Amino acid sequence: MIEISSQPLWRRAGRRFCGDGKALVAGVLVALIALLAIVGPSLSPFRYDALDWHHLAVPPQLQSSHWLGTDRLGRDLFVRTLYGVRISLVIGLLATAVSVIIGLAWGSIAGYVGGRTDDLMMRFVDVLYALPYLFLVIIFATFFGRGNLIGLFLVIGAVGWLTTARIVRGQTLALKRREFIEAARATGVGTPGILLRHVIPNLIGPVALYATLTIPDMILFESFLSFLGLGVQEPLASLGSLINGGAQEMQAAPWMLVVPALVLSVLLLCFNLIGDGLRDALDPSTSAER
Amino acid sequence: MPALVHTSDAPVLRLENLHVGFDTSQGRVAAVRGISLNVKPGECLGVVGESGAGKSQAFLAAMGLLAPNGTASGRAIFGTTELIGRSAVELDRIRGLKVGMVFQDPMTSLTPHIHVGDQIAEPLVMHVGVTWREARLRALALLRRTRVTDPERRMKQYPHELSGGMRQRVMLAIALACEPTLLIADEPTTALDVTVQAQILALLADLKRERAMSMVLITHDLGVVAGLADEVAVMREGQIVEQGAVGTLLKSPSDPYTRTLIEAMPRIDAPAAEMARGADASQTPPLSVSDLSIHFSVRKGLVSRAKLRAVERVSFELREAEALGVVGESGCGKSTLARAALRLIRPSTGRVVWMGRSIEGLSAHALRPMRRDLQIVFQDPLASLEPRMTVAQIIAEPLRVHRRKLTAAARDAEVLEMLRHVGLTPELLERYPHELSGGQCQRVGIARAMVLKPRVLICDEPVSALDVSVQKQVVELLIALKRETGMSILFVSHNLAVVKQLCERVLVLYLGRVMELAPSAELYVRPLHPYTRELLSAVPVADPEVQPARFARSVAGEPPSPLDPPSGCVFRTRCPHAIERCRDQVPPLEQAGDRRQVACHRWREL
Repeated sequence: MIEISSQPLWRRAGRRFCGDGKALVAGVLVALIALLAIVGPSLSPFRYDALDWHHLAVPPQLQSSHWLGTDRLGRDLFVRTLYGVRISLVIGLLATAVSVIIGLAWGSIAGYVGGRTDDLMMRFVDVLYALPYLFLVIIFATFFGRGNLIGLFLVIGAVGWLTTARIVRGQTLALKRREFIEAARATGVGTPGILLRHVIPNLIGPVALYATLTIPDMILFESFLSFLGLGVQEPLASLGSLINGGAQEMQAAPWMLVVPALVLSVLLLCFNLIGDGLRDALDPSTSAER
Repeated sequence: MPALVHTSDAPVLRLENLHVGFDTSQGRVAAVRGISLNVKPGECLGVVGESGAGKSQAFLAAMGLLAPNGTASGRAIFGTTELIGRSAVELDRIRGLKVGMVFQDPMTSLTPHIHVGDQIAEPLVMHVGVTWREARLRALALLRRTRVTDPERRMKQYPHELSGGMRQRVMLAIALACEPTLLIADEPTTALDVTVQAQILALLADLKRERAMSMVLITHDLGVVAGLADEVAVMREGQIVEQGAVGTLLKSPSDPYTRTLIEAMPRIDAPAAEMARGADASQTPPLSVSDLSIHFSVRKGLVSRAKLRAVERVSFELREAEALGVVGESGCGKSTLARAALRLIRPSTGRVVWMGRSIEGLSAHALRPMRRDLQIVFQDPLASLEPRMTVAQIIAEPLRVHRRKLTAAARDAEVLEMLRHVGLTPELLERYPHELSGGQCQRVGIARAMVLKPRVLICDEPVSALDVSVQKQVVELLIALKRETGMSILFVSHNLAVVKQLCERVLVLYLGRVMELAPSAELYVRPLHPYTRELLSAVPVADPEVQPARFARSVAGEPPSPLDPPSGCVFRTRCPHAIERCRDQVPPLEQAGDRRQVACHRWREL
């Protein structure tokens, strides 16, 4: 009642997000890491799979241009880590996108249509939940062929949408009872119209929040798969496979573990902070205006 | 403080030049701007104002209960103790012990997981220092005193098991537990039905007389003040605009704002307004409902299900250019009926006919083009508007759905035209709902409903969430729109006084059944059904000469659960005239005269 201003909700959310120091720093940091992952490899004289027989397992140094050292085969860790970031980020974002899109569609339809449709759709989700997902992923990974990246993120996304669908359905059930949805029905807006114009826009807040928290999950999950040998295959590297390799050399060459692990930790922390910031920015009840 | 000899009429609570401000992201906002008030011993001070007037904040500040971003300055003296600037520990010795407080929403003011009895006993143990055993005994006595039915059983119940009226009685019992010298009641009856409101107000009047207790009654309703207060202060924008004895202030207000408030309040005992006589029974009614029943299946325990009869065999016709009021207490099924008439809820049995065409068996898809002629305005003006759309988008949505061929420019023109029609300015087009006031939101809601020029407008409690002065404007807007367009209005409301201003005929519902259907001109003058009579006498009137006497006539009890309605006549459990026949036979809806219907065995004799 006190504040009268006419800024669009998103711009207001953006302003509030930028007002949140931690989240802003995290966002800038993620952007920088992503930028470096794109342009970084061309700054170094080495390719990600080139073997440098003169520098096997050297620690970080400046004179040989192996800024972050090399692994046991003499491959440059700087380039390999940035490749790892590329792959991990792409897998994280794509898998999250897949899980959000399927989950949003599935959950909002089940929640809005309700009744028998809802029962059937949600029981299907329950059945998938009950399956040991790792087993499922292993089957899919073998089916697509090991090392097939597209297949990999599809698989991860296809497992991840279950939780999104549940969250979205719950929110939709709450929204459905709100009067403005009833008003739209009374006006004669059709079901697709209501879902697209009234339900989904109001779900964007919680879903965007959930998505930013899912990205690190997905990156971790990929690391785990790589660790098991189901993920990215040599000579390509993801952060997970680099950490896996580094862990085996931990005592002789600690930098091989520390470098990718540090980058992964920073990324995860940043995504979590962005998620927190988004939640605060998109939730009107945490704002000072109310 | 100098120990001057105070006579017995020294004020119990004195506010002197009290200021309250809140720090927000937009800077400091002044909520109360220098008010001075006295509460005399044994008297009731009514503080009246619309929302945002600062009436609650002033007393919350005095009790040290402001939100963390609020600050108070000035003086608030209770007896001889200065309250402003005291620590929470010191204030705790006064709050609850010497000053009792009752708030608007009795559900949120009670702790959900503690037995009601223990919640009443707690302040006694804390402040007076009696044992729990003794405190529980006193709590039971208090529940009896506040006329809670079946007090022994209530002691062991949780707040959610009680009705709103019972909860408010429990709140009163808690406030009275330590026999305070001052009771502050902040909108104590606003969330309650008129019938229950009348009971609570009568109880407050009794308690005040019996205990010689001082009282502050904060309310927006002049009718409530008229029955209870001795002095009245009218607040607006953080200041007192007028103050005086209740009789003189209500009879001959000197301040123009007080006058507006009094005039804005519809009076149930005023002669019925002149109605446009457009209602013609011969034409095809735009909306008719016959034998409509709506049953919900409610889970009861793990497997068993109970049938909730929300609406039971209701029939009515909404005629061309007529406004039909549907009234009743909360839970009587009036909103369900309105939604079923629009087929937002599927009826269990019965027929709904739109423009002479039965909609029975039509799919949601087939209904969609027909919805154009029937629109609805909701109770909560903010909740019924999509929060992520601008005003322009909201009003344009029906046009997008039903008049797809309209060009964007033509659509904008229609939206603008409609916006002007409901009395809003074009600057608001790009605003979002949460940036509007309640009255503006409701006008947007009406604009959205009217933009297709429907033949039937269904209004579900459209003004009950609004301030009285805004209420009046919205009702006047509806009357004007009806006269201009010749549409019919189905007006669902618990407020009989508002219905009287607008409607030609009134349908009285109780537990989902029709009790009486009559033209307003006759219903308000000579109600036939005992329930209608109770409803009418429960509406407070802003007249201190009439109102206290009206309390005495208020009906006992609260509506029974619709899950387990009484046999025979559903109203018999609360009816003062019930006889044996009422228990055994359901009274049929009889024709009483050529234009009225009533469902009562004894309407002829009463």
